[in-house]
Amino acid sequence: MLLIECPFCGPRAETEFHCGGQAHIVRPSNDVDDTAWESYLFIRNNPKGIHAERWVHNHGCGRWFNALRDTVSDRFLAIYAMGEKPPAIDGLEDGNDKR
Amino acid sequence: MTQSHRLASGGRIDRSKAVRFTFDGHSFDGFAGDTLASALLAHGVHLMGRSFKYHRPRGPIAAGSEEPNALIQLDDGNGRTDPNTRATVIELFAGLRAESQNRWPSLERDVGVINDLFSPMFPAAFYYKTFMWPKSWWESVYEPFIRAAAGLGHAPTMADPDRYAHRHAHCDLLVVGAGPAGLAAALAAGRKGGRVILVDENNALGGSLLNDADGPLEAWLAEVSSELAGLDHVTVLTRTTLTAYYDHNYLTALERITDHTGLVDGKSPRQRLWRIRAGRVVLATGAIERTLVFAGNDRPGVMLASAARTYLHRYAVLVGRTPLIFTNNDSAYRAALDMRAAGTSIAAIVDIRSNPQGALIDAARGDGIRIHTGSVVVGTDGRHRVHQASIARIGADGRLSETLGRPLACDCVLMSGGWNPNVSLFSQGRGRLRFDDALAAFVPDRAMQAVECAGACAGTMTTAGALSEGAEAGGGGIDLPAVEDIVEGPLQPVWAVPSDRTGSRPKAFVDFQNDVTAKDLGIAVREGMVSIEHVKRFTTTGMATDQGKTSNVNALAIVAGQLDAAIPAVGTTTFRPPYTPQTFGAIVGSGRGRLFDPVRKTPMHGWAEANGAVFEDVGNWKRARYFPRPGEDMHGAVQRECMQVRETCGLMDASTLGKIDIQGKDAREFLNRVYTNAWMKLAPGKCRYGLMLRDDGFVFDDGVTACIADDHFHMTTTTGGAPRVLAWLEDLSQTEWPDLEVYFTSVTEQWATMTISGPNAREVLAPLVSEDISTDALPHMAWMEATVAGVKGRIFRISFTGEVSFEVNVPAGYGQSVWEAIVERGKVRELCVYGTETMHVLRAEKGYIIVGQETDGTATPFDLGMDWIVSAKKPDFIGKRGLERPDLKAADRKQLVGLLTKDPDMVLEEGAQVTASDRITIPMPMIGHVTSSYMSSNCGRSIALAMVRGGHALNGRTLHVPQLDGSVVDVTVTGTVFFDIEGARIHG
Ligand SMILES: [Zn+2]
Repeated sequence: MLLIECPFCGPRAETEFHCGGQAHIVRPSNDVDDTAWESYLFIRNNPKGIHAERWVHNHGCGRWFNALRDTVSDRFLAIYAMGEKPPAIDGLEDGNDKR
Repeated sequence: MTQSHRLASGGRIDRSKAVRFTFDGHSFDGFAGDTLASALLAHGVHLMGRSFKYHRPRGPIAAGSEEPNALIQLDDGNGRTDPNTRATVIELFAGLRAESQNRWPSLERDVGVINDLFSPMFPAAFYYKTFMWPKSWWESVYEPFIRAAAGLGHAPTMADPDRYAHRHAHCDLLVVGAGPAGLAAALAAGRKGGRVILVDENNALGGSLLNDADGPLEAWLAEVSSELAGLDHVTVLTRTTLTAYYDHNYLTALERITDHTGLVDGKSPRQRLWRIRAGRVVLATGAIERTLVFAGNDRPGVMLASAARTYLHRYAVLVGRTPLIFTNNDSAYRAALDMRAAGTSIAAIVDIRSNPQGALIDAARGDGIRIHTGSVVVGTDGRHRVHQASIARIGADGRLSETLGRPLACDCVLMSGGWNPNVSLFSQGRGRLRFDDALAAFVPDRAMQAVECAGACAGTMTTAGALSEGAEAGGGGIDLPAVEDIVEGPLQPVWAVPSDRTGSRPKAFVDFQNDVTAKDLGIAVREGMVSIEHVKRFTTTGMATDQGKTSNVNALAIVAGQLDAAIPAVGTTTFRPPYTPQTFGAIVGSGRGRLFDPVRKTPMHGWAEANGAVFEDVGNWKRARYFPRPGEDMHGAVQRECMQVRETCGLMDASTLGKIDIQGKDAREFLNRVYTNAWMKLAPGKCRYGLMLRDDGFVFDDGVTACIADDHFHMTTTTGGAPRVLAWLEDLSQTEWPDLEVYFTSVTEQWATMTISGPNAREVLAPLVSEDISTDALPHMAWMEATVAGVKGRIFRISFTGEVSFEVNVPAGYGQSVWEAIVERGKVRELCVYGTETMHVLRAEKGYIIVGQETDGTATPFDLGMDWIVSAKKPDFIGKRGLERPDLKAADRKQLVGLLTKDPDMVLEEGAQVTASDRITIPMPMIGHVTSSYMSSNCGRSIALAMVRGGHALNGRTLHVPQLDGSVVDVTVTGTVFFDIEGARIHG
C-alpha cells in the first residue's frame, strides 16, 4: 500500500485516496472535431516511468492535488497543486528513474 | 509408545512437561518445546502424509516453515480446524489432534497410491491436455474427477470459533528474523533510541543459533534478548511471520497468539495481523537448504541435512541411526559429524565433488567416516521408509561410470544441494535478484525500497559475517562477540542427478508438494516452454503452498540445462505474498458478522421495524420495501399500497435520497454547467428537475434541486449516486473550474425526508403545518420553509408518483416524531404507509426513469425520450459536446419505450431480451431488454419499460420476449406513460 503525502494532511495510507487518472488534460472547447474530442475523452498515456496523475484525499481533507509517480518503482517524485505545472525532476533519463 | 529416537539429554525442550497428543487417532507423547514433527520423529515416525498427485508416502524433509511434505489437518472437534498446516511448525500442546491428509482409508494403506502405478498417465500438464475434449464432459466427468482427486486437507464446515485482531504499527526500523544478523541489527538500532520492531516466526529468539549445539553465542543471545525486552521503544514479536512486503515499506505480519496453546476462550484473539509501515527494513531471514534431485529422493527418511541437525540439537531427536549423507558442499559434513557424535553409525558420506578439501572433510576423515567422493546416490529403496541407497561414481561429464557393488544400508538420507538465501521477502518488495555463481543461488541485488539484507539472506554464510552485517544495517556502534567460522570449500552443483535405474520407474522430485519431477520439467521444455513462468504454469512447479522454497532454484537450473542456457538467462520466479499460508480469519479480522459491512438506517427505521416493514438493501441502506398486513404477501401488499396512494394518500420514507447543500456566489453558474437544462432563472422558492451527464454524453444521475437563495441550493441525488455525485462536483469545482466560488456539503443524514402523496395528501398535512400549503401558496415545483408538527423544516412540492406530493424535510433527530404525527393525523383520511416497491410501481406507471435501472451508463437523454430537458440554448454544459458524437445520434440506438403484453396478467422478467421475430433460432438478434416490469392494479394490467433498438419509431408494433421455458411472449410497443397520461393529477 502506497504512502502518499497529502499536501494538506501529510503522509497517509493509499486507502484514504482515490487516483483520478492522468493530470493536465485540458477540457477542449465544444467546437473541436470528433478526433480531438475522442482524444480528450478516451486516450490516455500509459508510460513506463514518470506519470503525472491527479489524486484526491477523499477519506481525509477531500482536496485534489497533482503528483508525479514513477510507474516502475511506484515512487512519488513530486506533489504539486492543482493548476501548477509539473516540476522538473533531476536524475531522470529516458523517462526512467536512475537515482 | 516410547520415544525411541529421543536422546537422554540435550535439546531446547522442557522434559519436565510431558505432552500427550494424537496423530491419526493414535496417542503419542512429546515434550513442551516440541513440534508435531519432532515429537513424531522422536517415536521413529517419518511417514506423515501422502503426496498431492501420486499419493506417495512422504515424511518431513525440513524442520521449519519451508516444509513441503508433512501437511497436517488440525481439528479440535469444536470448529477450530486448519488444513495444510506443516507438522514442522505446529507447536505441541496437550490434547492436540492431528490428522494426516490426502489418504484413504489410512496413511499406511492409501488407495490413491494407484496413481503412482499409473504415473506414466499423469505427466506434466496431464490435466490441461486430457481434459480438453469433449467440451461437454467438463461439468459431468472431468471436473468432479479433478475435484475428488485433488486437494489436500478439507475445509472447515463449522463457523470459526476464534476471534482475530488487526493492529497498525509504525516504526523507524523493522527487523525480520531474529538470528545473529537480525539480533545485531535490532540491538544496534534499539540502543540508538529509534522505534524498532523485531519479528521472528519461531517461538524464541535466536534463529540459526537455536538449531545448533550450545556454542559461544549462547550467552550473547541471552544478554541481547533481555536487553531488547527492556527497551520500551523496541517491540519484539516471536511466533510472528512476516507474511507480505508491499509498496512503500508497508508490511504485514501474522502473530500467532493462541495456536500453540489450543486455547479457544473467546477473549484473547487467536491471531493478530500486524500492518506495519516501516521507515527502513532489515531482512535477516537466513538461508534455506536445497534438496538434491535424485531418484527416490522423496522416500520417508530422506531429508535435508540441516533439518537432521535441527532435530538433533533443538529437540534431542535422532532422525535415524544409520544416516547416509549425500551432498555437493561442505555444510552437510556438519550433520555427519554431529550425528556421529550423538552415537549414530554413519553409513557413508556421498560427495558429488571429486576432491573436496577443508577442515570439515578432514574432521570427517579423522572420525573414520567413509567418504565416497565423485559419487552420487542413484536410487533408494524402502516402502514407507528408506532402508538402502544405491551409489554410483559420476564423471566430470556428469555421466555415471561404475556403480558401487551393492546398495548401502541406511535408515535416513541427509541431503544438501547447497543453500538459497531466503530472498522471498526481498523479492516481494520488488527487489531485483542476481545469480551468484559461487553460491549457485540468487542473492539480493538492487533494492527498490528502503531495505537492506543482512547475513545469510544477503548471501553471507558465516556467523561472524552475519553479526557484523546485521550490526551495520542497524546503525553500527555495538560490540560483537568473537566468532570463528570454519572455512567451507566451494560446492559443485549437479542439478539433476542421473540414475541407472530404469525398470522401477525411478522418480526424482523437484517440487515435492506438487509432485513435479525432473522429467516433467524436461517435458515442458520439449513442449516448447522457454520462459520459466510458462514452465511453472505448465508443470505447477513452485506453485504449491510452500512456493518452492526448497525447489525453485533446482527447477530453474534443470530448465536452464535443458535449454542449454545460463540460469540467470532463464530468469527467476517472482515470490508473492503470503510468505507462508495465512488464515482467512486473520485477513478479515473483526470485519465479520455485524461488522462485515456498515448498516445505514434512516431516522424512521425504528418505526418501520415496529410496524412490520420488510426491508431491502440499497447500498448500505436498509429501506422499507413494503408493509404487509397479516396474511398478505408482497404482491398483495404492494398492489394495496399502490391503489391506496392514488385513491387516498400514502406516506413514504425518502430519507436515503442523496442531499447536497450548495452555497457560494457562483453556485447557480455551477449548476448551469453540470445540468443539461437552464438554471440561471430559477427563483428562490422554486425547484427544478435536473439531469446530469458525463462528458461522454451519457446519463450519470438525476434529481430535483431547489433554490434556497440566489447563492444557496439544495440538491437531491439518487440514493445510490449520492457519494459519486458529490465527488464529481468536488472534482469539477477544484480541478476544472477553480475560479467559481462554490461549496458542497453532504446533508443526506442531516435531514429526515418523508413524502406524502395522493389526493388526500394536503388534507392530511395542512392541519400539521403552521403555514399555508394551498396550491396558490405552494404550487407544484415550489418549496417553502415550514413548521411541521412543531418542527421547523422545509416542504418541497415535488412528485415521484404523479399525484399531489409534499416532501417534508425536518432535522433528522425529529424525523420519527414528525412521521408519527403525520401517521396519526392520516388515520382519518385513510393514509397508508408504503415502501420502495410501491414507489417503483407508481413511478413506472408514470414512466419516470430510475437512473441505474432504465439507464446502464450508455443511455443519453435522447435515448430516454427526455429531449425536453436538454437545453439547446446553453453554450455549454457537461455532456453537450459528447452528445454530438455520431454514434450518440444514430437512429438505431436503444431507446426507452413502454411494452404491454398481449396477456394483461403476464408480468415480464426484468432483464428479459426483446426480439423482432417470434421464431427462436439461436443465435438471433436481440434488439432490446426489459428494464422495469410490474403488475399495476391502477392500470388493471401489467406494464413494462424497455430499451429497444430504434424503439421510438416502433410505437404500436408487436415485438417478442422469449422466455426461459422456450415460449415467446408477444408485446406491443407503447409510450412510456401508462397512467394519467395527461398529467393532470399532479397539480391538484
Ligand atoms: Zn488531506
